[in-house]
Amino acid sequence: MARAATNRKKLVVTLVAWTIGIVIFFPILWTALTSFKTEAEAVATPPTFLAFHWTLENYTEVQQRSDYFLHFWNSVVISVGSTLLGLLVAVPAAWSMAFVPGKRTRDVLMWMLSTKMLPPVGVLIPIYLLFRDFGLLDSRIGLVIVLTLINLPIIVWMLFTYFREIPGEILEASRMDGAGLRDEILFVLLPMAVPGIASTLLLNIILAWNEAFWTLNLSASQSAPLTAFIASYSSPEGLFYAKLSAASTMAVAPILVLGWFSQKQLVRGLTFGAVK
Amino acid sequence: MKRALSLIGAAVAAFLGSSAQAETLSIATVNNGDMIRMQKLSEHFTKAHPDITLNWVTLEENVLRQRVTTDIAAKGGQYDILTIGTYEVPIWTKQKWLMPLNKLGANYDVEDLLPSIRSGLTTDGTLYAAPFYGESSMVMYRKDLFEKAGLTMPEAPTWAFVSDAARKLTDKKAEVYGICLRGKAGWGENMAFLSAMANSFGASWFDMNWKPQFNTDPWKQTLTTYLGLMKDAGPPGASSNGFNENLALFQSGKCAMWIDATVAASFVSNPAQSKVADKVGYALAPDTGLGKRSNWLWAWNLAIPASSKKGDAAQAFISWATSKDYLDLVAKEEGWANVPPGTRSSLYANAEYRKTAPFADLTLKSIQAADPQHPTVQPVPYTGVQFVAIPEFQGIGTAVGQTFSAALAGQTTADQALQTAQTIATREMTKAGYIK
Repeated sequence: MARAATNRKKLVVTLVAWTIGIVIFFPILWTALTSFKTEAEAVATPPTFLAFHWTLENYTEVQQRSDYFLHFWNSVVISVGSTLLGLLVAVPAAWSMAFVPGKRTRDVLMWMLSTKMLPPVGVLIPIYLLFRDFGLLDSRIGLVIVLTLINLPIIVWMLFTYFREIPGEILEASRMDGAGLRDEILFVLLPMAVPGIASTLLLNIILAWNEAFWTLNLSASQSAPLTAFIASYSSPEGLFYAKLSAASTMAVAPILVLGWFSQKQLVRGLTFGAVK
Repeated sequence: MKRALSLIGAAVAAFLGSSAQAETLSIATVNNGDMIRMQKLSEHFTKAHPDITLNWVTLEENVLRQRVTTDIAAKGGQYDILTIGTYEVPIWTKQKWLMPLNKLGANYDVEDLLPSIRSGLTTDGTLYAAPFYGESSMVMYRKDLFEKAGLTMPEAPTWAFVSDAARKLTDKKAEVYGICLRGKAGWGENMAFLSAMANSFGASWFDMNWKPQFNTDPWKQTLTTYLGLMKDAGPPGASSNGFNENLALFQSGKCAMWIDATVAASFVSNPAQSKVADKVGYALAPDTGLGKRSNWLWAWNLAIPASSKKGDAAQAFISWATSKDYLDLVAKEEGWANVPPGTRSSLYANAEYRKTAPFADLTLKSIQAADPQHPTVQPVPYTGVQFVAIPEFQGIGTAVGQTFSAALAGQTTADQALQTAQTIATREMTKAGYIK
């Protein structure tokens, strides 16, 4: 009896999970399907699901018109670069907040988070002027710096949460064994926090990859990542949905694949310490 | 350890290092068919000018507008050539943000540019932007449905005729709607259409003292006509329809009439895209007999930021891209149907073009019928047909567009929407110092 109830519960949970999964994934699937349609079929009513004339012409045209690999490489440099730079700053910051908290640590954490609540457009002009004066406009290094700053609160918060799960006694023991601060962080704390760091890394790469305000506003031709690549195919006057879908599919595919392969680490990291 | 660290440092520096900056012209442009074609054909320009290389930044219209406005206002110097609309040109010229185009060459033939387009780009006799393609708006209608209903579309219809025909042609069961019009909120979306429509009803955005006019009878007539027509003869969910949505509806045979940009004519008459390609007729945008038709005027233009250090090279490119020779080049490479329309008189005198584009005459007449210097029946202190060429208009236009779109969706009445529009516009114009 109990087993039947459990099985039924399992079935319901599975069904609900699949439904939610499909609903969330459907727009991406639809974009991918549209990318194989002709422009006329892309806007046909009623829309066709699979029974249409499959074509690769959109991909060919997108490839001819844009330098996909330049945008792709810019996206890689900006997202990986900003995440690594962010980790470099955030690991010591989170260490001090987790293991040597001061009176105002909580306030500092809240203040850091509050910077995420500011609408980015509010600081566009000051940042633009700074970038102009430092010669950082349309440079990858400029975008790495700005995305590092934007994602830093999230990185610090995530690492802080993971570090707090690690018993301070272990670090104390390493200190008693004669480890200095650097060794303590590098050889004791970091190996223990690997799942947390991995998920922070992946999540921030995804966030930086998808960031479409600063990357569009501070880049022109040399440093433009895939967000600018997609924006170049959107048009309010002309039905280019199939080409836009092809560009979008090409832009999200790498990060989708990365997410697919690293989902174990992502889930493990995000639930790290949740079951104790 | 130190060595390893310095190696990592060097690797990171190489990884992050930005690409070498070449001496090139950076061109910011919108994503539409004509611009993409120009990008493709630009190798003809670089062949003739081997010392100049071109860097293209193509963006969606709204993103581009935000991007280039930020850059030019902050003197960022990211672009040497900008693609801007007729809305920006007079405002930016006044701000002294644009370089005068006085080195376009002896063969450029400025006189050949269509006067109504040219006038919007000229200040004190100097051209500050060169038109790449121009458009007005007109009626596109289904000849077969009109014939079936025993109706004949005049070349210059009135709103009374269009309204009556739209109601007669509507067959909601068969999903055929009498008229498709823009409803999506935005200063360049529903307000482009409604501002132009209001002109034909004798309405205007402001009077000579910059006082908003939404509480006047002509605006009430405009909005009630629009809402009534869309309720009786428009497609469902029209409040989210813009150019693209209506284009898709018209092409799939769901609209008997569509009033929108003249550039749409080349899409709806293209059999590769449109199910109704051979059944489309064209007419001028409707009027009410007051002397102004409800058609707008827009052009995408190429301009150079005043701070550009590559002015000569940039002018050479603009001269090439907006010349008569460029039109001939497109015709040779891609056929006359693909020539960017609406900028030069000589194109409309060309027999081959007229043969290929059956809508050429009406496009020209529509462009000529719009006068951005005198857009309304009553005198107004502003220029611009479907917009008001002041910096505050984008914000006010979009806010008013949202209230009208809400009225179309049935959330408010016409009176409430007009009242809200009047309040918004008065508040913003007072804040901006136009109303003392």
